Amino acid sequence: MLKNLCKRMFKKSIWVYHCNTGACNGCDIEILNILTPFYDVERFGIKLVASPRHADAMLISGAVTRPTLPLVKRAYEAIPNPKLVFAIGSCATGGGAWFDTYNVTGGVDKVLGVNYYIPGCPPRPEAILYGVALALGLVDKQAAPVELKQMEFPIDMYERNEAWEKRNVIYELLK
Amino acid sequence: MWLTSKIKQLLMVMKPGVVTLDYPNERPPVPANLRGQPVFDHQKCIGCGGCSDHCPSRCILVRDVCQELRVMLYDGSRCTYCGRCADICPEQAITMSNSFEIACDDKDDITTRMELFMMSCQRCGRCYEMEKTNAIDRINLKGFRYDNLEQRALIRKTSETFSTELLKESDNYQRPSKK
Repeated sequence: MLKNLCKRMFKKSIWVYHCNTGACNGCDIEILNILTPFYDVERFGIKLVASPRHADAMLISGAVTRPTLPLVKRAYEAIPNPKLVFAIGSCATGGGAWFDTYNVTGGVDKVLGVNYYIPGCPPRPEAILYGVALALGLVDKQAAPVELKQMEFPIDMYERNEAWEKRNVIYELLK
Repeated sequence: MWLTSKIKQLLMVMKPGVVTLDYPNERPPVPANLRGQPVFDHQKCIGCGGCSDHCPSRCILVRDVCQELRVMLYDGSRCTYCGRCADICPEQAITMSNSFEIACDDKDDITTRMELFMMSCQRCGRCYEMEKTNAIDRINLKGFRYDNLEQRALIRKTSETFSTELLKESDNYQRPSKK
C-alpha cells in the first residue's frame, strides 16, 4: 500500500537536481526561466533542490567535459532510485557543435542512461516544459523519424518515352 | 512600517492577477522569427551538400550509397538550430519551421533521412547535382577555360571589353611546362 502511494506521489512531486556539465549557461538560464512565476513549473510539483541526495530527477545541461565527468557520475550515483535523467539542450543530447572535440565526451548518453532528451540551443522554456509534461504523461510525443525519398527518375528519357506513348495512343486507336 | 509595505506589495501583486501560463493546455502563438526544427523538401533538394559543409555541428551527413543514390542524413540530436543550412540552400529546400516541441526519449526520433537520385560523373563516378555546377562548367560560364587540367591552369576565353594588352598576352602565352 505504501509502495502504491509512493508510486502515485512520485508523479506529483518530482524534486530536481540541476547539474551543469560545462554548459554555456544558456540552458541553465532557461531552466531558471521555467521556475519563474510565468512558466511556473512548481504547479507540477517540481522543485529545485541543492543536493542530489534529495532529488528524484537530474537536469543535465552541457556536453559532459572531461574534468566534470567523474563528478557527474558521482552526482548520478548519489541520487536514490528510482531516478530520471533529463538531457537539456543540444550539448547534452548529442554534444552540440563540440561532439568530437578532445575535451568533451559528446553527450550525456555516453556517460549515463538518459530518459528524456530536450533538444534546442537553448531550448525554449516551453520546450523544457513540454519535455517535463512528456515525462509526466500529460502530452504525447510529437517527434518521429522522417524518411524522404525522391521517387522520380533523374533521367528525362523516362518522361519523354511516357509522353511519346501518350501521344501514340491516338495512332493506336486509329489502327 | 513593514506592515504598510507588505500591504503595498499585496496591492501591487493584485493588480496583474495570475500571470502563470498554463502551458500544456494553452499554447501561445510562437514568435514569427523562431527557428525550430529544419524541414527538408526532398523534391527541391539537388544534393549539393552545401548544408552539410556549413553546419557548425556537422549534423547533416552526406553519404553516397552507390553511383546514383545519395543519402543525406540529418541528425537532430546535436543540431543547434542556427539556420545556416536554410540560408545557404541554393534551392530553398530547407526551411526552419516553428516546431520546437521535439522532446523525446529516443535520439532517433529527431532524425531525417533523404534519398536522392544523382547524376554521376563519367570520369570519376562521383555524384553531382543535375545542373551544370561542376567546376569545369562553372569556369566556362565565367568565361575561362582550363588549359591544363592537371595544373589547374586557366585561360580567358573572352573579355567583356576588347583590350589590346590581353591580346598581346594571349599572343605570347606559353603553356605551363612541368619543371
